[in-house]
Amino acid sequence: MAKITLDNLAHSYMPNPASEDDYALKELNHVWEDGAAYALLGASGCGKSTLLNIISGLLTPSQGRILFNDTDVTRSPTAERNIAQVFQFPVVYDTMTVRDNLAFPLRNRGRAESEVAERVQEIARMIGMEHMLNRKARGLGADEKQKISLGRGMVRRDVNALLFDEPLTVIDPHMKWELRTQLKRLHNEFGHTMIYVTHDQTEALTFADRVVVMHDGRVVQIGTPEELFERPEHTFVGYFIGSPGMNVIPAKVDGNRAYIEGTELPLARGYGALKGKVAIGVRPEYARLSSSEGLPVRVRRVEDVGRHKIIRAEFFGHEIAIIAGEDDRIGADMTRVTFDPAHVNVYANDWLVAGEAA
Amino acid sequence: MNKTVNQKAWFLVLPVLVLVAFSAVIPLMTVVNYSVQDTFGNNQFFWAGLEWFEEMLRDERMWNALQRQLMFSAIILAIEVPLGVFIALNMPKGGFWASFCLVLMSLPLLIPWNVVGTIWQIFGRVDIGLLGHTLDALGIDYNYTQNIFAAWATIVVMDVWHWTSLVALLAYAGLKSIPDAYYQAAKIDQASRWKVFRYIELPKMMGVLMIAILLRFMDSFMIYTEPFVVTGGGPGNATTLLSIDLVKMALGQFDLGPAAAFSIMYFLVILLISWVFYTVMTNLDKKGM
Repeated sequence: MAKITLDNLAHSYMPNPASEDDYALKELNHVWEDGAAYALLGASGCGKSTLLNIISGLLTPSQGRILFNDTDVTRSPTAERNIAQVFQFPVVYDTMTVRDNLAFPLRNRGRAESEVAERVQEIARMIGMEHMLNRKARGLGADEKQKISLGRGMVRRDVNALLFDEPLTVIDPHMKWELRTQLKRLHNEFGHTMIYVTHDQTEALTFADRVVVMHDGRVVQIGTPEELFERPEHTFVGYFIGSPGMNVIPAKVDGNRAYIEGTELPLARGYGALKGKVAIGVRPEYARLSSSEGLPVRVRRVEDVGRHKIIRAEFFGHEIAIIAGEDDRIGADMTRVTFDPAHVNVYANDWLVAGEAA
Repeated sequence: MNKTVNQKAWFLVLPVLVLVAFSAVIPLMTVVNYSVQDTFGNNQFFWAGLEWFEEMLRDERMWNALQRQLMFSAIILAIEVPLGVFIALNMPKGGFWASFCLVLMSLPLLIPWNVVGTIWQIFGRVDIGLLGHTLDALGIDYNYTQNIFAAWATIVVMDVWHWTSLVALLAYAGLKSIPDAYYQAAKIDQASRWKVFRYIELPKMMGVLMIAILLRFMDSFMIYTEPFVVTGGGPGNATTLLSIDLVKMALGQFDLGPAAAFSIMYFLVILLISWVFYTVMTNLDKKGM
């Protein structure tokens, strides 16, 4: 188990990257604490797999260093790094039995056969495949194969880190939940450093202590699920996390007042006069329909998703989503929307502005 | 949904039937016809029943040719398959050099059989051939017209030169279809090079390799042109393979009846061995090798 330090790390797939756009992974400094569970969250092509492959050593970064504890491993081959990685699509050794598949990483490292047998049994129990240990891996279904891959990843106790590259994509929904819970339990039990790449926010938020959100080759925010929800550092985090995502509305901000299309809104903090592309961000959870105060909007439709209602409204062409309780009355006169000032975030050029207490 | 019954659709199969009839069935039936009759010329035929078959089965000449044929096929398979796989494993995986290798490898496959024979016939000559002369100068007794071992070595090496590419290309295609993740997982599992080959590459190549083996077996079992051009079946009968013997019998001696019986048995042997191959192959596949 190890602390993993990324020092000025960047990567480009081009031989001579000219501008920042050529980098699949933009310069990054970060420390992955020993024993923590991280999720790497972002849309496809945002650089999260690149980052993972650099950590596992399948890719050598164009710039910067990676340290495991205090050892520089930037140029070390994968085998020396002693990490485990599970891939998006199941990788199993078809001609071997399930048992031999699970034992493979241990046997290759010359562990005693008694230890191998004990460990394989333990892992097989965990992934629920004890009854098919003697089956050939060929001919098993995709989710069974992926369980074998997960098991092979977890079979070694002494790994520096466990990396998961969207491992549950091919798994059935109910099995997904079960495996994720098992991974979480495993983490609590053994305290491995875990990095879990996913584009699914639920997966990220339930699995990880800290979520690293990536966008366009850059880490835009690292935080607990709560921080990501309450104070998204970047409008992308706002959009990407939450369902529906944060409302981002272009605005003018002056001191502790925001103006949207001429309508004044109070803010909880003071911001001075902001330049650039200014917007306010409000989560639908902190917006409320009202009949008397706030922005006059046009309600376009109401979606009832069971535990709450989502109201899609429009204000001068800006879409605003509002979450209302299942029992809230939505009358024809409720054509205004108010925001909870304490939960209105202000963004300049997509980045959060801290503001001062007013 | 109702299916429309349209018997006229059978006419669409007609062209294929006609084609197959003229290219395979009718010629084969002619052979069957010859195999059960005897002739003394003048286009007069007499019913002979299974006499020719009985005679051929008792004939040592055919058994010897069959033995030589099996030995030839076994030797070239034993060399070409491992060599082809080895070449495929060492070929570049992409870029200019991969294309270069592919073109280079397919060159021998494009050369007509009789030209291949001629190339090696000249190449091996002691008086003017580069290979023959060099070996002779090194003091090695190499003369494929007199020495049985030299004759065999020449036709085996020639076949390896001509056809290993086919095995290599097929194996290469099999290798290219393996996703990168397998190699990455193997690295993470700290698998040795041998284990990567044994547990990833070989199982993934098995399908195409089986096809390669089948193709090479069938082709080598009916080989004619190349050894005929180089050795003409000699010295003596040392390199007289089945098809060479058959042509000698049918066209050289004009023994149509025995030759027809011979070719039918030849055909059945190929059919039998191919069937065994196929069954073994599909069974291996089911059992997961």
